[in-house]
Amino acid sequence: MQSIDDKDLGTPAAKSDQQVTLEIDGREVTVPAGTSIMRAAALADLQIPRLCATESLEPFGSCRLCIVQIEGRNGFPASCTTPVAAGIKVRTRGERIEGLRRNVMELYMSDHPLDPFECKAGGKCELHQMAAAVGLERMRYPSGQNHLDLPVDDTNPYFSFDPARCILCSRCVRACDEVQGTFALTIDGRGFASLMSPGQRQQYADSECVSCGACVQACPTDALMEKTVLERGMAERAVITTCGYCGVGCSFKAELRGDKVVRMVPNRNGLPNHGHSCVKGRFAWGYATHPDRVLKPMIRKRISDPWTEVSWQEAINYAAAEFKRVQNQYGRGAVGGITSSRCTNEEAYLVQKLVRAAFGNNNVDTCARVCHSPTGYGLKTAFGTPAGTQDFDSVNQSDVIVVIGANPTEGHPVFASIMKRRIREGARLIVIDPRAIELVRMPHVAADYHLQLQPGTNVAVLNAMAHVIVTEGLANERFVAERCESAEYAAWKKFIVDARNSPEAVERATGVPAAIIRGAARLYARGPNSAIYYGLGVTEHSQGSTAVLAMANLAMVTGNLGRPGVGVNPLRGQNNVQGANDVGSFPHELTGYRHVSDPKLRAEFEAVWGVKLDPEPGLRIPNMFDAALDGSFRGLYIEGEDVAQSDPNTHHVAAALEAMEIVVVHDIFLNETAKYAHVFLPGSSFLEKNGTFTNAERRISRVRKVMEPLAGYEDWQVTCLLSNALGYPMEYSHPSEIMDEIARLTPTFAGVSYEKLDRLGSVQWPCNDEAPAGTTVMHVGQFVRGKGRMLVTEYVPTDERTSPRYPLLLTTGRILTQYNVGTQTRRTRNVLWHLEDRLEIHPHDAEQRGIRDGDWIELTSRAGSTVLRALVTERVAPGVVYTTFHHPESGANVVTTENSDWATNCPEYKVTAVQVMPTRRIPERPTAEQIIRAAEQQIGK
Amino acid sequence: MDTSHLVKMANQIAEFFASGMEREAAIAATTAHLRNFWEPRMRREIIAYAKNGGAELSDVARAAVIALG
Repeated sequence: MQSIDDKDLGTPAAKSDQQVTLEIDGREVTVPAGTSIMRAAALADLQIPRLCATESLEPFGSCRLCIVQIEGRNGFPASCTTPVAAGIKVRTRGERIEGLRRNVMELYMSDHPLDPFECKAGGKCELHQMAAAVGLERMRYPSGQNHLDLPVDDTNPYFSFDPARCILCSRCVRACDEVQGTFALTIDGRGFASLMSPGQRQQYADSECVSCGACVQACPTDALMEKTVLERGMAERAVITTCGYCGVGCSFKAELRGDKVVRMVPNRNGLPNHGHSCVKGRFAWGYATHPDRVLKPMIRKRISDPWTEVSWQEAINYAAAEFKRVQNQYGRGAVGGITSSRCTNEEAYLVQKLVRAAFGNNNVDTCARVCHSPTGYGLKTAFGTPAGTQDFDSVNQSDVIVVIGANPTEGHPVFASIMKRRIREGARLIVIDPRAIELVRMPHVAADYHLQLQPGTNVAVLNAMAHVIVTEGLANERFVAERCESAEYAAWKKFIVDARNSPEAVERATGVPAAIIRGAARLYARGPNSAIYYGLGVTEHSQGSTAVLAMANLAMVTGNLGRPGVGVNPLRGQNNVQGANDVGSFPHELTGYRHVSDPKLRAEFEAVWGVKLDPEPGLRIPNMFDAALDGSFRGLYIEGEDVAQSDPNTHHVAAALEAMEIVVVHDIFLNETAKYAHVFLPGSSFLEKNGTFTNAERRISRVRKVMEPLAGYEDWQVTCLLSNALGYPMEYSHPSEIMDEIARLTPTFAGVSYEKLDRLGSVQWPCNDEAPAGTTVMHVGQFVRGKGRMLVTEYVPTDERTSPRYPLLLTTGRILTQYNVGTQTRRTRNVLWHLEDRLEIHPHDAEQRGIRDGDWIELTSRAGSTVLRALVTERVAPGVVYTTFHHPESGANVVTTENSDWATNCPEYKVTAVQVMPTRRIPERPTAEQIIRAAEQQIGK
Repeated sequence: MDTSHLVKMANQIAEFFASGMEREAAIAATTAHLRNFWEPRMRREIIAYAKNGGAELSDVARAAVIALG
């Protein structure tokens, strides 16, 4: 069932500049060529009955309810599959048409539960709506053989399928194919035996279904229904907001009954997702009301003491007093703060403002430090601005897609669906990854080249591709001459053509056959539109920034910048990692990525903030921990970040947190970091606040409050309270005022306002007088910095090497159903799919060690060890092991080291030398059912 | 601050710039990077280390750190 307030025009919009005029029921209608008669009629407010047609899917012409008559043509064509033509005269009504429609409807209803009051879709059931629309008042057929007693498939944790209510319209099957691209559903059998079937007559839980919800949304009846709707009833209203999970930033409609969320439905008009969703955003929002939420502020003097619940005022006063005491005792620079990429732009802005204005230093950082900070450095250095160059829809014009160090089907599934559709249309695909990710080979998608490189060798591979392009005469010299710094290009060219950068020279280090690199380089260079999409598999390396620069070099040398279909595009991990960076979360930059050392810039902020600012860069997160251990850093305010679980070398982080005298954790759950906290301030989820998120395509979208904050305050209000208690007043009555301040101080945000966001839906920055509606593609005509910089990117092997003691390389990643350190998704039914992190190991390495699939193993590195179960698979190459990091018990970061990117200190999560051996240390862990049952018991269900 | 950690970081920075630039330019770029991204107490520690010989610093890194002070 689509959203309760969606208007469905029946078929997709046609993409044509040519206009066609026709007549429908005597009314003149003008629409783009290629538009269906059904859509043309709907645009003229003439509703043609339909069942198998919906705007999000290609027309199918199966239900025969949408028949029309066209003057001069025979028969009754389906209006969904018949395009408009100039001058035709269409009749959508008439005795014969309506009689035929009633006959069709009668047949549908003859094998369907008849009582409309029993229909769980309420007034939104299209079948009952259409029965009324065609005037079906009685059934002529006696009861006979039917499908009414077929069992319900209740195996999916979030929705159920009742075949008795299925009308075999194929909307679910087509949604799975066309929108999601998983091809998990089919109509099995023929004639009366036909049944919609996940997989091969399997139940949903046993099929390839990825629970994106597209089938449920497409279903016109109550055959496929969200369990929350079945439990809580139909929604009464919808509020448009933005998903709180990954950096795709899908637009959703939160549907409510009273003040309770009934379901989240992807917004058809949302530009990042166009009405699609993944299992996390669509279904895994129950954490917001999970009984683990801590709703009372708490304090304790020592971390060994038990927590004491206190009033908001007492907690805030205690935190402020402690920060002041620490600063008086150890100096102004002894405290700092961490902003959250899960919170809104306005909240991140206020935390960094608190640090700079109330603490009086620049010791503020954000979780981008441990993910995409090399993107910031690399893209700003090369192009002049640290952000992706395109919008997501740009991929629809790509001829060649490079995916490097990213796993979109797991980490950014909605964008992956768009990308897969483009590949099905014929775009070519290059995957550069140590692991055979799903995109390498899946239904209707196969990579032309998979460069299965050794972890830590991205730069060598990217340089080798550039070497091929330059030495084989594939460089776009005209683009480079016009758009790039000529002296730097000359130096780079001299470097890149050197034989040490040839595919043959790096073959041994990278593990990628030279011919594969050469083929991929030629394909990328010839495009003609080639686009690079990358993730943390690029950035989380000691040469993370170098690799970003190397990708920028590839794009510049081939001229793949400044137009749709091309570009260099980071796939951001968290919902607002781009935005948190934009609004000044880095210790060396104020909003808009401008350095704090600029006196003119500081003067602008000082005039608005009314306080003198520190001109020196502050500590980055890893530096804060180092400084804590040497005693010069003693206090930290952490909003929405779990450094104890997410940062590398857990032992080191824990020791640093233990050494601090005041740690304030501001979060929705008592996370791992809260074990080291002295003050806990309850946070608010994305459903409980107003604000904005900025996604990976620089798109600023509204977050709207759909329920009151459970603990009483939105997060921005808590930061204001703390700042006020510290003696620096922050007075805002609504986050729109905070955005107004950001816009006033930030040239790239100068045109952003809540009024504009409400009017346009969203805007991509830069948004200012030059681009009042925002900027879709960056660097058109010239780079933001003027000329592009092509820097020499020498490959330097990481210090983290294998040895006889640690002979394998560990790399890490995500899985579809869990998100980051799992704080949210572990508190949903998604645990049924991924209860624990497992270690992927190649059969060869497993056999050598006597490890079988499912065995418990001990994973040991130079930093520490942990125990988890093995998953024996050829997805990883021999010598490489892989795990996810969603569960604290798995302790993936217990083993990761402190190696970091040279430019930004981004940790090198993706390369850790390890040993893997069977173990008898079998930890006790609850089952998924036990976790869910415990949560349900807590809420008295 | 762990000096050995700072030394490693400074050497990494210098190595990047030295790979694509003449020595003097690499020193200047490394100095600028340290000034732009390192908090003053980190700079103070590495400067003190360099002034005491800075044995573990690379040639470019040592010169860049000295230039900082």
